[in-house]
Amino acid sequence: MPTVELRFSALPEHVRTARLVAAAVARRAGVDEAVLDEVRLAVGEACLRAVGLHQHNGLSGPVRVVLTEEEKKFSIEVGDDAPTAPGHVPAARSTAETHPDPDGDGNASGPGGDDADVDDEMGLAVISGLVDDVEVTASESGGTIRMSWPAATAAPGS
Amino acid sequence: MDLSLSTRTVGDRTVVEVGGEIDVYTAPKLREQLVELVNDGSYHLVVDMERVDFLDSTGLGVLVGGLKRVRAHEGSLRLVCNQERILKIFRITGLTKVFPIHTSVDEAVAAKD
Repeated sequence: MPTVELRFSALPEHVRTARLVAAAVARRAGVDEAVLDEVRLAVGEACLRAVGLHQHNGLSGPVRVVLTEEEKKFSIEVGDDAPTAPGHVPAARSTAETHPDPDGDGNASGPGGDDADVDDEMGLAVISGLVDDVEVTASESGGTIRMSWPAATAAPGS
Repeated sequence: MDLSLSTRTVGDRTVVEVGGEIDVYTAPKLREQLVELVNDGSYHLVVDMERVDFLDSTGLGVLVGGLKRVRAHEGSLRLVCNQERILKIFRITGLTKVFPIHTSVDEAVAAKD
């Protein structure tokens, strides 16, 4: 059963709230202080991506964030409603791979029209670079990013 | 925490001192600042990130956008950062190959292409 579950309208201004809540719950779950920054950043990126997908697809439903304290593990699931055709699973690639000419003229050879185009790929690159245990799934009914971090068992009464 | 921005001129460089959180909510302010500087003819920018507490991919996107803009005028955009947690984000996204990153404003201002 999830420890905390959040649902928020797909608006960028709520991403910060989701970040703060996730970091607070992670701290309580006994995630190492040194890793909390990474949790905050990874949740923010996953939520940003979900918000972007909802806005891009004109979806009115909320973005879901499920925070679960497990035995020696803290996991976060960020779910969106954006449909993906079967067989197409978005791969998390690093920006360096997707933009093979970063130091040429600064114009990436990938889809590099404006700042916004860079964000989505970079978001996944950040997540996959930060989190060892991450799984990105996509289906016709929506996508999910699952991430987990090691956590000490919370002190009794905390 | 919100974003704070201040600019000053050092020689032919414009130093933009950024503090606080650069995220989806505040990044547009930084974008506006960079666009304004370039429109006003400042093509050699040094972005001092020593007081940045948080940076996400939206912030990275704005910095990349700024770099594209100054390069369109043969300019430069250098970063100043010593914070490991911020540097890590540049490393995992491969952007350390794109941005010159310096340990002090003095070093960045003195750097030549």
